[in-house]
Amino acid sequence: MSSPEQWTHPEPDAAPAATAAKPTAEQVIAGLRATDEGGADLVQLLTPEGERVTHPDFDIDITPEELRGLYRDMVLIRRVDREANALQRKGQLGIWVPLLGQEAAQIGAGRAMRETDMAFPSYREHGIAWTRGINPTELLGIFRGTDQGTWDPVEKRFHPYTIVIGNQVLNAAGYAMGQKFDGKVGDDEGEATMCFFGDGATSQGDVHEGFVWAAVYDAPLVFFCQNNQWAISEPTERQSRLPLYQRARGYGFPGIRVDGNDVLATLAVTKWALDECRHGNGPILIEAFTYRMDAHTTSDDPTRYRLSDELEMWKLKDPIERVKVYLVRQQWADHEFFESVEADADKLGEELREFCTNMPDPPAERIFSNVYAEGNPNLEAQRDEFLDYVSGFAGGEH
Amino acid sequence: MAAPTMDRSTAAAPATPVQTLTISKALNMGLRASMEANPKVIMMGEDIGKLGGVFRITDGLQKDFGEQRVLDTPLAESGIIGTAVGLAIRGYRPVCEIQFDGFIFPGFDQIVSQVAKLHYRTQGKIKMPIVIRVPFGGGIGAVEHHSESPESYFAHTAGLKVVSCSNPADAYWMIQQAIDCDDPVLFFEPKRRYYEKGEVDTTAQPGKLFESRVLRSGTDATLVAYGPMVRTSLDAANAAAEDGTSLEVIDLRTLSPLDLAPVFESVRRTGRLVVVSEAPSESSIASEIAAKVQQECFYSLQAPVLRVTGFDTPYPPSKLEEEFLPDLDRVLHAVDRSLAW
Repeated sequence: MSSPEQWTHPEPDAAPAATAAKPTAEQVIAGLRATDEGGADLVQLLTPEGERVTHPDFDIDITPEELRGLYRDMVLIRRVDREANALQRKGQLGIWVPLLGQEAAQIGAGRAMRETDMAFPSYREHGIAWTRGINPTELLGIFRGTDQGTWDPVEKRFHPYTIVIGNQVLNAAGYAMGQKFDGKVGDDEGEATMCFFGDGATSQGDVHEGFVWAAVYDAPLVFFCQNNQWAISEPTERQSRLPLYQRARGYGFPGIRVDGNDVLATLAVTKWALDECRHGNGPILIEAFTYRMDAHTTSDDPTRYRLSDELEMWKLKDPIERVKVYLVRQQWADHEFFESVEADADKLGEELREFCTNMPDPPAERIFSNVYAEGNPNLEAQRDEFLDYVSGFAGGEH
Repeated sequence: MAAPTMDRSTAAAPATPVQTLTISKALNMGLRASMEANPKVIMMGEDIGKLGGVFRITDGLQKDFGEQRVLDTPLAESGIIGTAVGLAIRGYRPVCEIQFDGFIFPGFDQIVSQVAKLHYRTQGKIKMPIVIRVPFGGGIGAVEHHSESPESYFAHTAGLKVVSCSNPADAYWMIQQAIDCDDPVLFFEPKRRYYEKGEVDTTAQPGKLFESRVLRSGTDATLVAYGPMVRTSLDAANAAAEDGTSLEVIDLRTLSPLDLAPVFESVRRTGRLVVVSEAPSESSIASEIAAKVQQECFYSLQAPVLRVTGFDTPYPPSKLEEEFLPDLDRVLHAVDRSLAW
């Protein structure tokens, strides 16, 4: 990591003072190193070149079938992401939040969870949603503006997307406390909760409070921070002096930095962390070291604040390519398999386009529905008055 | 999820059903009754366990129900509310204590962004049966941030329900009704009235939670108040009666949703309305009542609706609070202005 002092306290008589928005060339190079290298503590089991490596603390037995499954998950969710991005460009979605580059972090984490575990996402967790059995079509309405997420969060054990940065960390801590209060923690059959947030969120008070709560109540909670290096335009250096995983120590629980572009390492570390939690040894922080390959959202323009060199460097660390290389090298997958995954992706993309373009607008009553569980007579009167007004127009349309 | 039906008369039955209690004790007994009736009811807050809360409202509950149902939480209000959200999703019915009115703002984000909106966001798939208890209002000679009346912020937020009790019987029953409610309820307790006494019948619910109530009938003008100002308004009505003026007094009880039917009915008879509240007047509950009454009772009004409130300032140093807070004289002055209009 580059030292934060470099960004904020330039040496006297040195080159012109830098700001976070306009660093010097030397600082850019230092920053590139910072995002490129996860450091000595980075847990990696599959290198960007597709070579299987060992780690003293973490390993995973993976069958060819399982690895093909992870590969397929990543390819499909990338296709969902690219299709949705294109649907926004065509005006079918108001906005999209790309996950490009974070497929391994999300598929690895998501596939580590059991059905009985609970997940609290931020708003970029399309890959986690996929692993929870949520049809990607159910994500579209949020970004088209027809709904705010239609899946059943209790049945799917996948909380609604949370847009206010960091709010969900406290909600997850409370849920995990409930798992403990319910006596569901303490053995291999135990339950655990996962909470997803980004590097930017780590500056939020709610994340700090979530760390405190989970720690003092021994909650079975895995904090899964996807450090994709950028919070819109602000680099991780603007959020922390310390590598994020090291913050856990201050709260009294383990923090691990994993190669978030390595699906095997992410799966192995997350499985371990969830098992620790279900046995009563939580909470645990995982920092998945990854990179946001696309814009923050379709409304963002990353060329204003980061260099294409950085992007090029991270392209070499692609989470999908390294698995493909490994599958081929091991002869665990043949041409036919890769073709079939591509065909599945094509089909999925088509379904998504078809679904999206045919989504009806919600009826006006939807404005007023389910504001309260037990109703509100004043609101009902307001609704009736408005619907009466609307129905006064020809054809009942406003 | 509806709370299990329960027979309150056996849940918390004292030897005699009608007792004279303080608001403080009535709240304590109401909380206890809810905890006995439903094992999913839990208390969360700062110093509410061993200490029993700075106002002793939760006194003895941790001793009897354990540390897992009465949580002395870390000292952070967003944490209290934010974790209550997760516990509610898990099936609990958290009752959060905010130690003082002015400390609720660190939790404001979670209340407005999550507590208020999750039911709507999920179209009813997630319910938020959370009660947030807030000792509110001034009159106790406290330092800054200990005497505020922030209820309007919450009444302005869709998805929340807001109530305030003014007497021991309501305190005992309303807190239980709020805990039974599947919507989130902000429960404002009149802290300067905590030790005022009244009769509580623990066998008979006095009415529904979201209903206003006429406490005193009158014919010349109507007073509407809630929380700590109900006592002030009743005192004003007593004093006015000695001068031959008959004032009707309505305890609002519910601030969101407002139940103004009894107010409209009253104003149609008296033609005059004075709204009394400690909160600053701008964009307040009192303003909302004035707007609705002029809309519904336009031809009955003999005078404009008048508001007697705190001023549009931060809460002042406590040596000035007697001037800041509406009192009997300011209420009667407004009544005189209304009658002379």
